[in-house]
Amino acid sequence: MNFLQMIIPLNITKTISDWIYSIMPETAASYTIMVVIAVAYLALFAVAGLYLVLLERKVAAWFQLRIGPNRVGPWGLLQTMADALKLVSKELTSTTKIDKFLYNLAPYFVIVAALMAMAVFPFSKQFQAFDINIGVFFLIAISSIGVIGILLAGWSSNNKFALIGAMRSGLQTISYELSVGLSILTMVLLTGTLQLSEIIEAQRTGGWLILQGHIPSVIAFMIFMIAGTAETNRAPFDLVEAESELGAGFHTEYSGMKFAYFFLAEFINMFIISSIAVVLFFGGWLSPFGITENIAWFPEVIWFLIKVLGLIFLMMWFRWTFPRLRVDQLLTLEWKYLLPLNLMNLMLMAIVIWLNWTI
Amino acid sequence: MSYFSDIYKGIKTLLTGMSVTGGYFIRARKGAITQQYPDNRETLKMFDRFRGEVVMPHNADNRHYCTGCQACEIACPNGSIEIIWDRVVDPETGKKKKEIDKHIYHLAMCTMCGLCIEACPTNAIVWAQNYENSVYDRSKLTKILNQPGSSVLDGIED
Repeated sequence: MNFLQMIIPLNITKTISDWIYSIMPETAASYTIMVVIAVAYLALFAVAGLYLVLLERKVAAWFQLRIGPNRVGPWGLLQTMADALKLVSKELTSTTKIDKFLYNLAPYFVIVAALMAMAVFPFSKQFQAFDINIGVFFLIAISSIGVIGILLAGWSSNNKFALIGAMRSGLQTISYELSVGLSILTMVLLTGTLQLSEIIEAQRTGGWLILQGHIPSVIAFMIFMIAGTAETNRAPFDLVEAESELGAGFHTEYSGMKFAYFFLAEFINMFIISSIAVVLFFGGWLSPFGITENIAWFPEVIWFLIKVLGLIFLMMWFRWTFPRLRVDQLLTLEWKYLLPLNLMNLMLMAIVIWLNWTI
Repeated sequence: MSYFSDIYKGIKTLLTGMSVTGGYFIRARKGAITQQYPDNRETLKMFDRFRGEVVMPHNADNRHYCTGCQACEIACPNGSIEIIWDRVVDPETGKKKKEIDKHIYHLAMCTMCGLCIEACPTNAIVWAQNYENSVYDRSKLTKILNQPGSSVLDGIED
């Protein structure tokens, strides 16, 4: 036991799991551990989502030459906590003509899908809940579930704005899923594995994948960020909510905590898209140029978070710069530009790998 | 084949937009336009074009420029201004002339259109830049613009 293993979370979790195994039979213990990890992730990412909301509000304020939340707590740090408390304590209102079962089910679809995707991310070498060999595939599959929740919410609300918003969401997610999938596939060509931890290991020696694959990688990154922004239903692709046209889109009829689930899921989805980009293009938790590789006690999760926050900032920059697309422009962008470019890029990447032009 | 040049132009214009907003983002810490109002109540000054309420400036001798011509009262579209005037005899020339007794201004009715100020031939009434105009009693919004005991400045009628 050296100093390294004293602080890294692995050991804390190992101690806890040893203790749980010692007090109950093996099957019960493994289920208990699953529940404990799930609750820990839930708490962690609920708080992370709240702080992303705060970050969004601050960044938005600075883009518009305002100050942003600065009253609750030092520098407004407790603002979103207070908002969440308010939302928890609010009455859950609904209209009379809703489809009750689907209406209540929809927010859980959205938030559960968002939180499930978090399970496979390697935040550092040890900090990974679920390291499966089809990690990337799992992520693509899970990220499509969220749209079912949005469609259900729009349909069951029995509100025309909500329905229009939900249908736009379906249209948008189905279209842009292709681009997300193909740009991820381009990078998978380069690594030859779908397992997220191995994708990061492949970047330890040859440099980050965005450097290894140079031109096709950069194109894939740009396409991934555009399609990923569309996938999270954020501006400039926020036709789903479109405040100026649809009220609040699919969550018009929701209030209180159910609304908060949709709101939180949007920010967790943003975190997910940024995390996928960090793992696939920017070396996950690997430090730039390996500067902290030999410092044993350095928590690598910091590098992961710095990179993720950088990409989240980029998405916020998009949001506060670009105006919303029209539906036909949205489809033109995907089917006439992103998809053909993506297929070309896939071929280019194949050629690059075939001729050994990778760096 | 404008396909690729369209893509190039699209990306270029998007980056131009992002550089503009990025510049704002960097400068935001210094040049925030937000006024943290109740905190900076002492130093906060409204800009010159702000229309707070109509006032009648008086000089140090308690003299104003209002001749009582009633142009503002006629110009006012909803009767916010009422002028109570009197005819007095000028002691020097012995002629009768008009003089205001009360220039009554109903702030509660005023729409801040500014027609009275445009109509005034002697610039006797102007906009004030005050902004805390709320009161607890509606009758406090009816104001008498000329101060008690004030009189018109000599030679304004000419």
